[in-house]
Amino acid sequence: MFIRKTLAYAAAVTVISLAPVAQAQTLTIGLGTEPTSIDPHFHNLGPNNQIAQHFFSRLIEQDHKQNLLPGLATSWKPLDELTWEFKLRKGVKFHDGSDFDADDVIFSMHRGGNHPNARSSFGLYTKAASTIKKIDSHTLHFISKKPYPLMAVDLSNVHIVSSNEKDKWEGEYNNGNSAHGTGPYKLVRWVKGEVLEMERYEGYHGPKPHWAKIIIKPIKSAPSRLAALLAGDVDFIDQVPTVDIARLKKEPKVQLSQGVSNRVIYLHLDQFRDNPQYVKTHDGKPVTKNPLKDVRVRKALSMAINRTAIVERVMEGVAIPAGQLLPEGFFGRSDKLKVEKYDPAGAKKLLAEAGYPNGFQVTLHGPNNRYINDAKIVEAIAQMLTRIGVKTTPDTMPKSVFFKRGKNRGPEKPQEFNFLLVGWGSGTGEPSSPLRSLLGTYNKTKGWGSSNRGLHSNPEMDKILDQALATVDDTKRAALLAKATEIGVGEDVGIIPLHYQVNTWAAKKGLSYKARTDERTVGYDVSPN
Amino acid sequence: MTVFIIRRLMQSVLVVFVMSFLVFSGVNLVGDPVEMMVNDEADQAERERVIKAMGLDKPWYIQYGLFVGKAFQGELGKSFTYGEESLGIIVERMPATFELALAALLMAIVIGIPFGVFAGLRPEARTSKVVMAGSILGFSLPTFWVGLMFIMVFAVILGWLPSTGRGDTVDVGGVPLSFLTIDGLSHLFLPALNLALFKISLVIRLARAGTREVVHQDYIKFARAKGLTTKRVVLVHLMKNILIPVVTVLGLEFGGLIAFSVVTETVFAWPGMGKLIIDSIQNLDRPVIVAYLMIIVLIFVIINLVVDVLYSVLDPRVRLQDVKA
Repeated sequence: MFIRKTLAYAAAVTVISLAPVAQAQTLTIGLGTEPTSIDPHFHNLGPNNQIAQHFFSRLIEQDHKQNLLPGLATSWKPLDELTWEFKLRKGVKFHDGSDFDADDVIFSMHRGGNHPNARSSFGLYTKAASTIKKIDSHTLHFISKKPYPLMAVDLSNVHIVSSNEKDKWEGEYNNGNSAHGTGPYKLVRWVKGEVLEMERYEGYHGPKPHWAKIIIKPIKSAPSRLAALLAGDVDFIDQVPTVDIARLKKEPKVQLSQGVSNRVIYLHLDQFRDNPQYVKTHDGKPVTKNPLKDVRVRKALSMAINRTAIVERVMEGVAIPAGQLLPEGFFGRSDKLKVEKYDPAGAKKLLAEAGYPNGFQVTLHGPNNRYINDAKIVEAIAQMLTRIGVKTTPDTMPKSVFFKRGKNRGPEKPQEFNFLLVGWGSGTGEPSSPLRSLLGTYNKTKGWGSSNRGLHSNPEMDKILDQALATVDDTKRAALLAKATEIGVGEDVGIIPLHYQVNTWAAKKGLSYKARTDERTVGYDVSPN
Repeated sequence: MTVFIIRRLMQSVLVVFVMSFLVFSGVNLVGDPVEMMVNDEADQAERERVIKAMGLDKPWYIQYGLFVGKAFQGELGKSFTYGEESLGIIVERMPATFELALAALLMAIVIGIPFGVFAGLRPEARTSKVVMAGSILGFSLPTFWVGLMFIMVFAVILGWLPSTGRGDTVDVGGVPLSFLTIDGLSHLFLPALNLALFKISLVIRLARAGTREVVHQDYIKFARAKGLTTKRVVLVHLMKNILIPVVTVLGLEFGGLIAFSVVTETVFAWPGMGKLIIDSIQNLDRPVIVAYLMIIVLIFVIINLVVDVLYSVLDPRVRLQDVKA
């Protein structure tokens, strides 16, 4: 009798003590944006890439500050101006047990660049390497046609899949049949809109992640996501709305992680048309010349914006005023460029000097559901500019309409807006991508200026950027990129930077997250503290 | 009646066809899906490749021709967002939505009719006044706010029910159903109640109005005079006669419950069709929008047909026939 009781007691104790352990090894995440596919080459976009990196490793991984770390490649170096040598990690196995080698890399690079259904392909990262030469089973040479310093950065964006899965596309990945990577987690199941479940891959080549199981629930509505965290249904959420942050800081059950992102919010100004539709003289007549083409006017507009006020009032303190394309700590940033000082009197003087003592009228367009508090920022700026005599009408619209009307088609058929708010996240973690796309002269063959909606153009800056993109030496390249930024953003005021977004994640007490500059939510980076 | 049903089904084919044309040309006017889809860093060549891959390089009437051609083979086009057949994506989400809509409908009937009849029979009772006042609240409070309040009270503060999502499911003939598990039911309760609140109020008002009218009719008085029990008078003689407006309205509302439970599904992160359509509209996923609206038209046509047939069952005076012009 006694023994039976003891046994029962022991069993009960075991059950009780086992339960929390099993619980503690599972992480449930409430995610704001669901991926569109598990196929890592289907859609080159943050929400997909953040999920893909759980299942698929890359040659080079990026840490939370976008620094490069060895991944499936243990080392990489340029052999000469054109050739990069990558040494691959040995003994790595895919989730299905097959071995990883150079053929898988070649296959993945080709697939990533040429996925027939891709909604946005990885071609922009794979195209520089025109030839990939297999030296032996674990050594590869990536050869470009002209010197290309960004080879390593670019390749750190392409996920490696198994070459056994030939002719398998997104459908086969979504149902789990082909989703075998070498990443730290294996896909268990994905029910679109409902749940994405993964379990730890015990054969992972890197450090063993803490969570045996990660369950991701897509909860798009921000208040519901927060409620799910407070109710204990999920352990961790991303995209915490700025209005709730002050209150959450006092909430004992919750722990916040914040970090600046690589996304700068800025204004484009039409520097191309002579008869801008949305710019009028101060008394509302059509203009005969475009005031935005005058650098003094652009400078004055920048001086009239009180960035500190926007950050404190509109963004609830959750942003950092910006003076260039990337926040502190990033490669190729200029030390000379400072945040433009708020100086309405100086701005007025500069406007008068440029021949606009009475100012002029302009419409500032922006999206209202794309960036954090975007519509409110547009309204605040309109007020600030009106104060120096530039009567600004704010006009915001849903992103689906905004990006059609503001679609950049080059000088033959410029997009509709003359003055607009947009944001830019630098996937490469250095300023060459925004310099090329936002400030470089529109050039279809070179692929420059694809988002240069103001059609800014300065041949001198183009030349320095060209030079930077052909300089393999890191120190020299950093200096050239800084110089190009100083010309494009500083001297020319080709765009007006406003602030860098700061992202906020929230976890239940006892969990912490290293906020990532690329805005991604990565389950295995959540750790008990 | 068979002729009636066949004729109605043929009409519905025409409606679906006209609808597809209107929707297809309509969605082609709004926005640029490629700009929504593509990575910011993509260059001009890459953008052109995506336009081609999604078939958007052709003029819209050719796109429509291709769409109709494929539709006859049972394909409604690949979703821009997911790259999979849009019909499949919608059908995948159907069980969740139907489950939610049926649960809400059930709540509307089970709660709405008894309360409404009671309020109609005893209009002066205090309980009736409370019920009627409550129904005004049910009408006027915004679903979004009520949903969030439900989550705050029952999930966050009291912790009785889960806040969001769908619970454990059981496969029945390949269809995942969640109302067969305790976990599933606990997840279903709040969103269903949230969705039902408006319908409950509606049914209460309809049932009350019907009762007030019918209760003074001669046949009720006669039944009473005959010495029938109150139970029988109410359940048989009265009930049968108030049901016609209730069935009509609920039929139409059920279509609405299925098609546009967007707010509830978004607040409760319920993986149904409503959430899918709102996401698709935001991302300009044209094939899914078109396919979705065509399916919804079909559902509405079927529901109307069922309501017409139910009429003739409830009221033998109604004959099903076409009105010939």
